Amino acid sequence: MSEQQVDTGRRRFLTVATSAVGGVAVAGVATPFLMSFFPSERAKAAGAPVEVDISKLEPGQKINVEWRGKPVWLLSRTKQQIADLPKNDPKLVDPKSEVEQQPKYCQNEGRSIKPELLVAVGICTHLGCSPTFRPDLAPADLGPEWLGGFYCPCHGSKFDLAARVFKGVPAPKNLEIPPHKYLSDTRLLIGDDK
Amino acid sequence: MSKGQKLLNWIDDRFPLSSMLKEHVTEYYAPKNFNFWYFFGSLAMLVLVIQIVTGIFLTMNYKPDGTLNGAGIPVAFASVEYIMRDVAGGWIIRYMHSTGASMFFVVVYLHMFRGLIYGSYKQPRELVWVFGCLIFLCLMAEAFMGYLLPWGQMSFWGAQVIVNLFGSIPVIGPDLSVWIRGDFVVSDATLNRFFALHVIAVPLVLLALVVAHLIALHEVGSNNPDGVEIKKLKDEKGIPLDGIPFHPYYTVKDIFGVAVFLIVFSAIVFFLPEMGGYFLEHPNFDQADPLKTPPHIAPVWYFTPFYAILRAIPSFLGTQVWGVIGMGAAVVVIAFLPWLDRSPIKSIRYRGPKFKFMLVLFIIAFIGLGMLGAMPPTAGRTLISQILSFIYFAFFLGMPFYTKNDVGSVPVPTRVTETNGKCQLQFLVLVAVTIIAAYLFGTNV
Repeated sequence: MSEQQVDTGRRRFLTVATSAVGGVAVAGVATPFLMSFFPSERAKAAGAPVEVDISKLEPGQKINVEWRGKPVWLLSRTKQQIADLPKNDPKLVDPKSEVEQQPKYCQNEGRSIKPELLVAVGICTHLGCSPTFRPDLAPADLGPEWLGGFYCPCHGSKFDLAARVFKGVPAPKNLEIPPHKYLSDTRLLIGDDK
Repeated sequence: MSKGQKLLNWIDDRFPLSSMLKEHVTEYYAPKNFNFWYFFGSLAMLVLVIQIVTGIFLTMNYKPDGTLNGAGIPVAFASVEYIMRDVAGGWIIRYMHSTGASMFFVVVYLHMFRGLIYGSYKQPRELVWVFGCLIFLCLMAEAFMGYLLPWGQMSFWGAQVIVNLFGSIPVIGPDLSVWIRGDFVVSDATLNRFFALHVIAVPLVLLALVVAHLIALHEVGSNNPDGVEIKKLKDEKGIPLDGIPFHPYYTVKDIFGVAVFLIVFSAIVFFLPEMGGYFLEHPNFDQADPLKTPPHIAPVWYFTPFYAILRAIPSFLGTQVWGVIGMGAAVVVIAFLPWLDRSPIKSIRYRGPKFKFMLVLFIIAFIGLGMLGAMPPTAGRTLISQILSFIYFAFFLGMPFYTKNDVGSVPVPTRVTETNGKCQLQFLVLVAVTIIAAYLFGTNV
């Protein structure tokens, strides 16, 4: 026995082969644990569309609706507010809404189906805070050129009344416009447009 | 032979009890010139024990459940109120745990600063430092995940912001943040997994790292305020000339530190558990509301320096990932200190003027960022944060240049010297002036 030569090449091959096969087994076993971190089927199913009655919404008023656990804003813009929107264009990052943050039918100045009603997901595109509604004109903290909009209290991002982001703030993109459609003049469906 | 000795022999034949005690306690020779700064390592161990014991008892009444109960209150939030109001001794256990979280960072920041001024990260202690940085990372994860558990407004929105940091990573970001949350928003799924990680996974890793930190330290031996290697000069028995056994000398010293620390700790637990909104933030007394962000979101004080760096970096090229990278780099860069510092001199006592100047700037930057990170953003504050972030990184990344050929007026001695307290006083004055100046300046811009 002791005079037998050790075949180191064969030994190395067996070590590498065992390690490789063992590594595949570890990766395989890790899969269910890593997959368990994704949303469960129940969580995925919870994203059903929400129906809202908008008959009582007054011009200038904003209401919040919960959709997929996120706040969705319904803002009824006044005529003055609609007329003011283009004035912000030079100060915005994406005034023409070229980045896909809205359905095709909302790629317009007001980012909405009807100019008077803005429907937007009220989650800042920076780090997910919910911006504050600031319709007041030229307040002390937001400067004399403020025509109304949304201000994120977390990191100071600013958006206009079409939820478009201003230049020079942390948020990189306009707020998301969810898919939505009018079921009638007073009933709106959020989360589905088919 | 006495019965006790017989029992010890019986154990020693089967388990190295006596030799372990000798190696790590009674015959572990530490330099004889430890000063005030050397309390914080053992205090960190004490706080770790406090956190584990109080944490175990809190889990007995806490419920990680984000769904609403019959009264419309989230079960998790209600269970914390239950601990505070109805469980006998519950309020004191919870305040010990919440105060312990903040005090952990107090002692760990001071412990890290000690390493910085006396060059404790330098050769041959690089791995002691790297293990320490990993412990710091685990602590940050523990603190962040633990803060979600009370399910208050700050818990919810703080987690929302931090998890969304990962969402800014190009390509995989959005899916990664969904994977971390287990849902499309912070929800019950997030709360449950954070609870599991906070009470089981991270503490296990933390304990293993603490053991590695101590084993590495006892392998190379402790540094000291003079930055002199005591192992270079030994007597005929092989004992370092400037070394004294850890027990009884430093066990007694550390017990004194523990007594003073516990007086401060108890005073906070009994009289200032919220610390004016810095240890427990006021919006967290409102239950989590996914539809309403509190008017001003700030992390707990120990994260504010890094949070200020995050806010200081604007988004460009259509992504805000730069701020996230900046914040991550600010934490990671600390671990590279042993390789950034090119000076052969360990202790600040014998360092040259360039290092001392940069260190003062660094202290000002770190405290300034910490204060600014707790305040709502304004244009002026963002500008100051940007300047201070630059100084923060310049301190680390400039090191290879300014520590070269930077020699002090007094040469490094061969033996340890008498301890003096002059610079301790200068340090305290600098910290106090910086805090007051940052507050006065920060509130006015």
